[in-house]
This record gives sequence, structure tokens and C-alpha cells, in this order.
Amino acid sequence: MQTIIALIPAFPLLGFFILAFFGKKMSKTVSGTIGAGSIGIAMLLAFWAGYQYLHNLSDVKSYSAVAWHWISSGNLNVDISFRLDALSLIFTLVITFVGFLIHVYSNEYMADDVDFNRFFTYMNLFVTSMLLLVLADNYLLMYLGWEGVGLCSYLLIGFWYKDPANGYAGRKAFIYTRTGDVALMLGIIILFVHFGTLNIQSVAHLAGGKWAIGSSIAVITAFLLFVGAISKSAQMPMQPWLIDAMAGPTPVSALLHSSTMVTAGVYLIARNHALFALAPSIMTLVAIVGAVTLVVSGFSGLAHHDIKKILAYSTVSQIGYMFLALGVGAWSAAIFHFMVQAFFKALLFLGAGALILAMNQEHNIFKMGGLRKKMPVVFYTYVAGAASLSAVPLITAGFYSKDAIIWYSYASPTGSFWLWILAIVGALLTTLYSFRMVFITFYGKMNTEPVYKPKNLIKVPLIILAFLSIFGGLVDFPDTLAHFHPFTSFMNHTLPVFTPDKSAHLEGWFELISAAVVLVGIYLSYVFFVQKRDAAEAFTETKLNKFFENGWGFDTVYDVLIVKPVEWFSKIDQRDFLDYINVGIARVSLRFSRLLSVTQNGKLRWYLMSLTVGIVLILTYMIYK
Amino acid sequence: MILTDLILILMAGALLSWIVGKWSPVGARIISLLALAVDLILTLTLLNVPVPSGTQWIVNWKAEWIPALGISLHLATDGISVLLLLLTFFIGIISVVISWKEIQKKVGFFHFNLLMALAGVTGVFLSLDLFLFYFFWELMLIPMYFMIGIWGSGEKTKAVYKFFIFTQIGSFLMLVSILTLYFIHGSQTGVYTFDVIQLTGTKAAASTMFLIMSGFLAAFFVKLPIVPLHNWLPDTYTAAPTAGTLLLAALLSKTAAYGLIRFIFPLFPAAAHAFAPAGMILGIVAIFYGAKLAYAQTDLKRLIAYSSISHMGFILLGVFAFNQIAYQGVVIQMLAHGITIAALFILAAVLSQRLQTRDLNQMGGLWEKAPMMGGIGLAFAMASLGLPGLGNFIAEFFILLGTFQAHTVMAVIAVFGLLASAIYTLRMLQRIFFGKLKTELRFKDLTVRDGFVFASLLILIVWMGVYPRSFLNISAPAVKKTLSVHQDQMSETAYNSVTTFSFSNQIFETKNLR
Repeated sequence: MQTIIALIPAFPLLGFFILAFFGKKMSKTVSGTIGAGSIGIAMLLAFWAGYQYLHNLSDVKSYSAVAWHWISSGNLNVDISFRLDALSLIFTLVITFVGFLIHVYSNEYMADDVDFNRFFTYMNLFVTSMLLLVLADNYLLMYLGWEGVGLCSYLLIGFWYKDPANGYAGRKAFIYTRTGDVALMLGIIILFVHFGTLNIQSVAHLAGGKWAIGSSIAVITAFLLFVGAISKSAQMPMQPWLIDAMAGPTPVSALLHSSTMVTAGVYLIARNHALFALAPSIMTLVAIVGAVTLVVSGFSGLAHHDIKKILAYSTVSQIGYMFLALGVGAWSAAIFHFMVQAFFKALLFLGAGALILAMNQEHNIFKMGGLRKKMPVVFYTYVAGAASLSAVPLITAGFYSKDAIIWYSYASPTGSFWLWILAIVGALLTTLYSFRMVFITFYGKMNTEPVYKPKNLIKVPLIILAFLSIFGGLVDFPDTLAHFHPFTSFMNHTLPVFTPDKSAHLEGWFELISAAVVLVGIYLSYVFFVQKRDAAEAFTETKLNKFFENGWGFDTVYDVLIVKPVEWFSKIDQRDFLDYINVGIARVSLRFSRLLSVTQNGKLRWYLMSLTVGIVLILTYMIYK
Repeated sequence: MILTDLILILMAGALLSWIVGKWSPVGARIISLLALAVDLILTLTLLNVPVPSGTQWIVNWKAEWIPALGISLHLATDGISVLLLLLTFFIGIISVVISWKEIQKKVGFFHFNLLMALAGVTGVFLSLDLFLFYFFWELMLIPMYFMIGIWGSGEKTKAVYKFFIFTQIGSFLMLVSILTLYFIHGSQTGVYTFDVIQLTGTKAAASTMFLIMSGFLAAFFVKLPIVPLHNWLPDTYTAAPTAGTLLLAALLSKTAAYGLIRFIFPLFPAAAHAFAPAGMILGIVAIFYGAKLAYAQTDLKRLIAYSSISHMGFILLGVFAFNQIAYQGVVIQMLAHGITIAALFILAAVLSQRLQTRDLNQMGGLWEKAPMMGGIGLAFAMASLGLPGLGNFIAEFFILLGTFQAHTVMAVIAVFGLLASAIYTLRMLQRIFFGKLKTELRFKDLTVRDGFVFASLLILIVWMGVYPRSFLNISAPAVKKTLSVHQDQMSETAYNSVTTFSFSNQIFETKNLR
């Protein structure tokens, strides 16, 4: 088992090395096969590890594996070591499985790209880093994976480097997330200084004994981890980078949004639940940030015309639901939604990728339309994804995961009616923008004739993901339907048990409300976006729409407050004003030497004169002092 | 004696390559390579020598030189200096290799200067006699002056004056301090000596000790350099030939950091502790002001030069933290920064040789033409911004961790240096490799020789990132011993204003024991 765990990230890493050093001479088939194959092997290993884990679950709840001793100095001992438990297992399975499908799909999607090999090189490193992040059993190795996904997203967002705008988007992602990394780094340092270890389990164990609930040190540390989490997971106010991140190739977005990168923040908080439990105020903050983010980005998603950016905002919004769940202590509900979201978000991005290929790189949904007959597979799978994203009752996976969160946002001991209101408003917005996307793209009259027909490498991943987006939620039921909770009880091997404190008979009513909201949402979007399509298009020109579309002006604010002053200061001081001091000293000495050299003119009477004046002055001074 | 051999081989190599260079330039290059390779191998054998218990010295050797004045040839090496020696000879070899095509005039004399400067650096890392130390400290300077003056480019005359005046003022102040210390110790004990071991423990009024220390600090701070004594650096780095820049950035700056560790604290424990907060603040200023200036530059070599100031700020920060983790971080930072900055300057040289310009505004989109160069640039840019998995991260993490224990606020501010380095480094990458292709010239990717140079640097920086234990284990005994000397000194000198510092250190030490 130990070897298997260590080999899961090793294979994508091996793929990265082969492609990076020998990829230049390879044909596309070979590098594509290595790229997807390395993830495929990791996936098989992950499933094998999962089987073993379930098989021995009654005896062993977690496995550790040490690859080698990394650092030792004084009492600082850190290993390259992994830990497999219920939480990291779920993440590993989702990362490798969804990652594998995306790699397969990319073989077709990127087939004509000159930098095919470079693409798979980065993608393999991306998956490696994410696996290290979730499998790490200490904070430093986790930080390695954490920065690694940041690097890879920078590289992949700026993949088409010839356009400076893509490079800008990549740097924006890196610098936003690096800000969070700084906070995370500080948090890690504090943990080490207080507990003398960087092992995550030991820290969790020691923290409960050493730090009181609500003590300022616990709150500060949890806050620092929280800042790390929101920057990676693009939650308010650190969300603007994720929208620009759409500059990358579409499979990158699929990977970034489903299983890697943005879910890292969710993982971080879930992994550190013991620390966050010591800081109730930060837990509340997590819930509020999640709830506000999901509504704010919901509006933006509804206003945007770019299919990828709508999906990007939907990711921000869905991660908001996960944060909400984490914040109210519904740990396993957050992880459940992570898993389901990975399925439908990968599906939607891959579907959008197929559309973009067919529309010859057109992203504007209003330029599309009437595509359901021409591209049936994409249409049906896309509807499945959108339905799951909207949480259409009973028949989609999204319903099972999201409605649990909506109910817990009220029912949790730390929940509140206001959080629930925001969650419900978010649900309505989600349905509206999801079906707006579907109706505008696939219904109405055809604006552009598709120039491309998806091949099997694109269709098969879509169908698999569509299947999971519909049925992947049947692993956990609300109590009103059935007392069937295998996922929750599985997660509870690692995460704390969550018990709502509101009476159970309310749950049915609350679920009816959210179900009704979804159905009303679909009906409304049918009215607005099929029947009154032209009016909807006209609305995109309004100021209000532009405001939402531009992400509520966050970019402008940051630009004025931070970017501009920094640029201004570095521009005026490019030549380094401290150097003027030296130049000044040099000038003054030069002036003096000239002045003195004037006195040295070789004229005898001048020398006699100055000698006399000097003697007179000295004598006067001596007499009158 | 192996330590004298290290220096003598270089000096002999220097003379020989000057002579041979008159007939055969290639002969001079090969002699230089051989001399450095022999030194590298000799130093590697030192790693297998067991450290005698109760001491930090792997080899400690002393012979009388001018007994009447108390000047001796006292050479010694411990885990810190042996690593720096390895860096010196390695960078020396790299310097010879990259000068193979670049230096075509007066080849013999060039290699004479190169090897003499390296002999000076080696001597600095080995001397335990202040007179000898000062001798080698000056020996580094003169060959550098010639290297920049003869083989430099651009405004080299101005640069070389600036370099000379700045460093000479620093050196002069250090000389005054050395002599003062010599006479104080002599008048107190009757033993007039320059031996550092004997001078350790010299006592005088706190203000006197502080003044003496300031002389040493002046020399080290100029060479490190700190802000605001840094203005010679960008001009000099830019004007120097590539090998000269490598020596300056990768090695000469390390002699200053080494001097801080080796001399300041053992000789002036109380004064150094009193100065620590100011030293840390200087480190922070260097980190951010260097980064800010790097961000603004359009000349690639200047940009890298300023980034170097920023990274040296971390060294200064760690040096004044007085604990094992910070010190081991400083040692790793010296090595990692030496390697990274060498790679970046070589990259700048390779680029400007192909493009005939160092102006970032005229670069762009070069990834398309030279993906290998791009990959190397990316890797070392990531090393420079402290990406985990590469050596610089280990160093900066250690320094921040150690600083946090010594002075929390300083660490909290300094950690934002990680953000600052990301901003200017990514801008540099963008301007060189990404965006639209601007050059019309035929642009060749790395040659095989460049490839080998970069590959060796890359292997080292990855090694330091994924298995730093190889390096940490070597430096650990020396670092522990150096710090324990501080502790002893501190407990002897009852110095009220610094008790808080030593207190925090003692807590840390007991943690270690546990």
C-alpha cells in the first residue's frame, strides 16, 4: 500500500520529465499517449488504493508512506511523505479520474497545436502538483504542491504566449495566488513555532490541547490559512484572476475548475478542520465569504456573454457553496459538492470546448444558437451538465450535493436564516445563467454553421462525465428521501461528524422551496432566453449588465489602489534616487578640486598675498579669542 | 598542507596561464580549468574527513609568518566554508567555460586575473588571521579592477572607479578596526596577535566595541551590499565581462556574508546583538528596495543585479537572527543564490550576445525561437522567486522561520518579499520569452556548451531543493558550534540591553536539545 501511494504522484511526474526532456523529438501520438497514459496509470493506482482502503477500512483508517527524508535541522524534520485517508482518497480519485478524461480529450482538442508536447508537459506537472498537495502529510510538502499548481496554472493560462494579454492573465493568476501563498507560509511558520512539527496530523492533535477555542493565536493562524484558501479558490475579494484565467486552452480551464487549483482552498480548510474549529469567528467568515461570493458571481455569470467566463463565474459561485458548507461545519457536504462539481464542471468546460472548436474559436454565446440538431452529443451532455449545475431535483447529482448545503446553511448550529436566503438566491441565479447558456447556445436560429464535428476522443469523455453528473449523487440522500449516507459515513472516517440542530421535519419544506426555485428558474430562463431572446441580447448592452459583466468593478479598484501606485513609484525611481547622493558627492568634490586648482596658478604675488592674509587672519583670531 | 595547496594551486595556475597565454590562449584556458578542477577535487576529499569532536574545524592549520608582529598563517575550514569553497571552484570552472568564446583579447592575462581573484576568495574563506584575511580581501579587489577595466563594456571606467572607491572606503575602515582590536588586545594581555581565535573574547567598553564592529560592518555591507551602499553594484555588474559578473555576484557578495558569520559575532557578540534589529531592518529594506528597482529596469543585466540585492537582504535578515535554522538557511541561500544568479547572468550574456542588446524592450517572444533557453530561463526564474522544490525555497523558508523566532515582526514583513520577487521575475520572463517576437535576427537556441553549463547548474539547484540534507548535514556542526560560541560570549559579557535576545535564543537551543 505504501508503495502504491507514493507511485500515484510519481507517474505523472515521470510523464512530465519524459515530455520535458525528450518530448521535442516525439510525434504527437507518442507524447499525447505518454501525457494521458501517465495520468491513466495514476488513476488505476488510485482506484487500487481506494479498493484496498475500503477493504481494510475496519482496521486501518489511514496510511502513511515516506519517500525520503527531506529536511532536518535542529528540531525541524520534514519528510517527503504521504498520507492516504478518506479525504485525500476522494480528492486523489477525482483528480486522477477527471484529469485522465481531460487528458484524453486534449489529445483531440489540441491536435493541431504546434506546442502539443509543451501542453502535456505542463498538464502532467499540474496533476503531479495537485496530487502532492492532497497527499502530503506535512505542511511543507503541501506548500510545494500548492505553489506547484500556481506555477502550472500560470504556465497554462499563458500557454498561447504570443498574445501579451494571455501572459498578463497568467501573471495575474500567479500574483493573486502568491499573495495567498504568503499568508499560508506565515501560517505554516506559526504552526511550526508553536508545535515544533509540520506534520498535519500532529499539529491538529496538539492544537486542540494547546490552543483555547477562540484564542487570538488560533484565530490569526486560521485567518492566514483562510487567506491562502480564498486566493487559490478565487473567493471574494480574491476572485478576479479566475475570470482572466479563461485565456488558457479550454481543457486547462476544465482541469483548473473541476479537480485542481480552485478546489485546493476547499481541501486546505477541510484538511485543517481541527484548526478552524478553534476559531469560530473565522468559520463564520468562511461561511459569509462563501455565501456572498456565490451571489455576487452569480450575477456576473448571468450578465456575461462569453461562454467560458459564464462557466468561470459559475465555478466561483459553486466553490462559494463549498465554502458556505465548510463555514457552517458541514465538512463532508462540502467534499460531496466538490466531487459532483468536478464531474459537471469538467463536462461543461469540455462541452464548451467542443462548441468553441465548432464555432471557430468564437466564445460569444449570442453568436451561437440553434446548435442542438447539429451537435446532438454535445447538446445532450451539456444539458445534463447544466441541469446538474442547477441542481434539478431528484434526477441530477447536483441536487443531492447542493441541496444538502442549502439546508445545512440554515440547519447547522452555526447556520442562519440569512445564509440560507443567500444560498437560495444563488440557486435561482445558477439556474438562470445555466439555462440561459443552454437556451441561447442550442436553441433559436442558427447564427454560425459549425465547422467541426467532435470525434470519439471528445465524445466519450463527455458521455462518461454526463453519466456521473446525473448519477454520481446517488451516494448520499437527504433524510427526507432515504436514510442512505454512504458518502457521509465514509468521509466521517476522517472529517468530524456534522449534526444539524434544526428539527428534521423542516427539512422537507426547505427542500421543496429550493426545488421549486430551480423549476421556476428554468421556466423563467425559457421565457427570457427562448421566447424573448432579442430582449435578452439587448439587455447585455445596459450599464447594469456591464457592471456585473465586469465583475462588479473589482479589477478597477485594485488597479487604482495597488497596481497604479506601484507602477508609478517604480517608474519615477527607475534610476534609483540614492544614486544621486553619490553623483552629488562626486560633483561637489569635482567642484572643490577645480576651486582649489584655481589657487594653484603659479603666480608668486598671489601666493604671497594669500600667505599674508592667512597670517593676519590667524593672528587676529589668536589675539581676540 | 591541503589548505595552502588550494590557494597556491590557484596562484601557480594564474601565473602559468599568463605565461602560456602568450603563445596559446587555449593552453591558458585549459590550465585554469585544471587548476580549478584539482582544487574542487581536493575540497571534495575534505568532506570525508571526520570533524574532530568538540570543534567545528575540519582542518585547522597554523604556521608563523611574522612572529614579531603576531601575524600567522592561520588557515582553517569548517562545514560552512567548505561548502563555499566548493561553490567557489564550481563557479570558477563555469566562468572559464563561458569565457571560452567571449574573451579573445589578452586571454592569458584574463585568466591570471580570474584565478588570482579566486585565490583571494579562497583565502578569505580560509583565513583565521585578521591580517591574512585583510590581505586576501584586498587580493580579490585588484584582479577584479583589471577584469572590468580591460574586458568590460559600456561605461566601464565610471563603473570601475565607483566599485573601487566604494569597496576601498569599506576596506580601509575595516583595516582601522582590525588594528584597533589588535592594539586593545595587545595592551590588555601583552600578546599582540591577529589570530581570530585568540582575539575572541577581547573586552572593551561597549561603545568602543561597537565602533570597532562598525568598521568591519562597513566593509561587509559595501560588498554584500546593503541599501544604501549598493550603488556601485548595478553599474559594476553591468559593465563587467560575464565571468567578472559571475565572480562578483556569486562569490564576492558571499565573502561579505561569510565575514558577518565568521568574524562579527565571535568577536563582538554583545555589540552584534545590540545591532541586530537595525541589521534586520537593513535586510528588509534591501529585500524590498532591490525588488522595486528590479521591477523598474529595462536593462536585463541591471534587473538581475537589483534582484541580487533583494536576495542578499534575506541573508542579512538571517545572519542577525542568531539561531540554527536561520544560519543554515543563510548557508543554503549563499549556495543557492550563487547558482541561480550565475545562471541568470549567463542567460543574460547568451541573450545579449545573440541579440546585440540587453534592452528588454527589444526582446519578446523568444520562446518560439529558443524553447530550450526558455525552459532554462523559466526554471531559474522560478528558483529566483523561491518556488518549492528548488534550493532557494529551502533557504528562504529557513531564514523566515529562524527570523520569526528571533523577531516576529521582521519575519512577517519579510515574507512579503516572496510576493515582490514573483512580480519582477514574471515581468522579466514575459519581456524576454513571451509576447510577440520582436527580433528579425536569426536566433540560435542554446549551444551544447551552454547546455552543459546550464544542466550542471540546474542539477545542483534541484538537488538543493529536493534533498537539502546533503548540504544541511555538512553545515550543521559548524553552525551549532558558531552559535554556541556566541552563547558563551554572551553569558560572559553581562550586557543588559541585549538579554532579551540571548533569552530567546536559549529557549530555542533547549528546544533543539529536546
